[in-house]
Amino acid sequence: MSVLVLVEHDGKAVKDATLATVTAAAQLGEVHALVVGNNTDAVAAEAGKVAGVAKVYAANSPALEHQLAEAVAPIAAKLMESHDAFVAPATTTGKNIAPRVAALLDVMQITDILSVEGPDTFTRPIYAGNAIATVKSKDAKKVITVRTTAFEKAAREGGSASVEQVDAGGDPGTSSFVSLDASESERPELTSAKVIVSGGRAFGSSEQFHGLLDPLADKLGAAVGASRAAVDAGYAPNDYQVGQTGKIVAPQVYVAIGISGAIQHLAGMKDSKVIVAINKDEDAPIFQVADIGLVGDLFKIVPELTEKL
Amino acid sequence: MKLLVAVKRVIDFNVKPRVKLDGSGVDLANVKMSMNPFDEIAVEEAIRLKEKGVATEIVAVSIGPARAQETLRTALAMGADRAILVQTDEEVEPLAVAKILAKIADEEKPELVILGKQAIDDDNNATGQMLAALLGWPQGTFASKIEIADSATVTREVDGGLETVKLNLPAVVTTDLRLNEPRYASLPNIMKAKSKPLAIKSPGDYGVDVARRLETLKVVEPARRQAGIKVGSVDELVEKLKGMGIAK
Repeated sequence: MSVLVLVEHDGKAVKDATLATVTAAAQLGEVHALVVGNNTDAVAAEAGKVAGVAKVYAANSPALEHQLAEAVAPIAAKLMESHDAFVAPATTTGKNIAPRVAALLDVMQITDILSVEGPDTFTRPIYAGNAIATVKSKDAKKVITVRTTAFEKAAREGGSASVEQVDAGGDPGTSSFVSLDASESERPELTSAKVIVSGGRAFGSSEQFHGLLDPLADKLGAAVGASRAAVDAGYAPNDYQVGQTGKIVAPQVYVAIGISGAIQHLAGMKDSKVIVAINKDEDAPIFQVADIGLVGDLFKIVPELTEKL
Repeated sequence: MKLLVAVKRVIDFNVKPRVKLDGSGVDLANVKMSMNPFDEIAVEEAIRLKEKGVATEIVAVSIGPARAQETLRTALAMGADRAILVQTDEEVEPLAVAKILAKIADEEKPELVILGKQAIDDDNNATGQMLAALLGWPQGTFASKIEIADSATVTREVDGGLETVKLNLPAVVTTDLRLNEPRYASLPNIMKAKSKPLAIKSPGDYGVDVARRLETLKVVEPARRQAGIKVGSVDELVEKLKGMGIAK
């Protein structure tokens, strides 16, 4: 079986999400990487070095610069004539593109897989992670998105795949990129951080959220996350959100502070190795999943914790 | 312009789903069902576009069992003009839903189709993208802002921040949570909604085969976490963190 993997990149480097996707794809067959963009030679070369990648296809054109689904999906669909599976990370890029590819191929997507049980059998979470379904695909070709926290990352070195340029297609001309308002952060990326400190509504204001969490995160070398309540209240930007509708994370340590633990939030973090909860309500649901809990006022605890670390 | 809005009847988001003991699925008997939260946002956005004078008619569509009529009545009570139920007791996958919606779009000729970004039961996040592919239309997924002029300018919530794209019309947009705050239907509007038109169709009317491509072999509960401990002070917590090698 040959598997086409969509490489997640920012035009400069291969992102970690790709590495976990390669690991999942390698369980199905020979891995071919697809790098789509504009001037992607460096990224394609990097993708060729990833352990387990046998070949790299690169499609370059100005129309592909921002990897809009309308332009990318037909390229992937064309390459699928000679591949058995298309595998993409379940990031916003992968989730945007993969179902469009699936529909072009007239196959049903297998979303957000947690494991590969066989060539056509996979497990995936449903109902905000409250149930795990084992599904078997009857489609001849598979289109799959991968929960990147469920697979180890493939090594960035060890491969020596050649890069083949493929037809970049035309510009469908139906959509265009206007702007990207990127959140600036010098901290580790949320989805690949080893430690995450996450805050909820209890912080009360944006000043208190950042004033208390940022120094703690810096001490721990951690990324900062947030519950939906904290994001909706404007304490943190949208892309900090952890949960069913935000990012799915599984760090070594997840420190939930002032977060009650609604099912939608737990869906995004309950696979963390160790969960630490700090909450003044000892009956908060978060304590049911926490390995270490501390009941008390976050406004006293967080500064003290930061100082003592 | 005409808008098409797709809504799904799902388990209420506050209910903790229970897995059936025989592993065949999630127990939905006697469980509170509601409109998928993302679809409420889609309906709300359509109504706001009508209130701004951008849209002239809103058609709400649902594909599901007879009781999905309730979900459509909710959409009508919020402000949709008429509804179409494609009735089936099968569990219809996103690909088949997208095919049915594509057929309805061919008939109705909307300039914009708004869907939720994902249903909170199957968590697929695929129908909108598949529909856009089948129609050959552009897509604006995970929208947190929509502006309509000669084209649609959509701000999307992406992993690194916010991306804005411009889409030619007709287009497909899927809603993210922060697009708007859906309204509650008032009692008079709930009463009025009862007399709004609701057409009942079947997948066969659109020539779409709803046979599943994915067979569910079993459904189990996720592994339970070991019970944790509570510490009594920050010092104890610091010690634990140090013990795990997290802090020096």
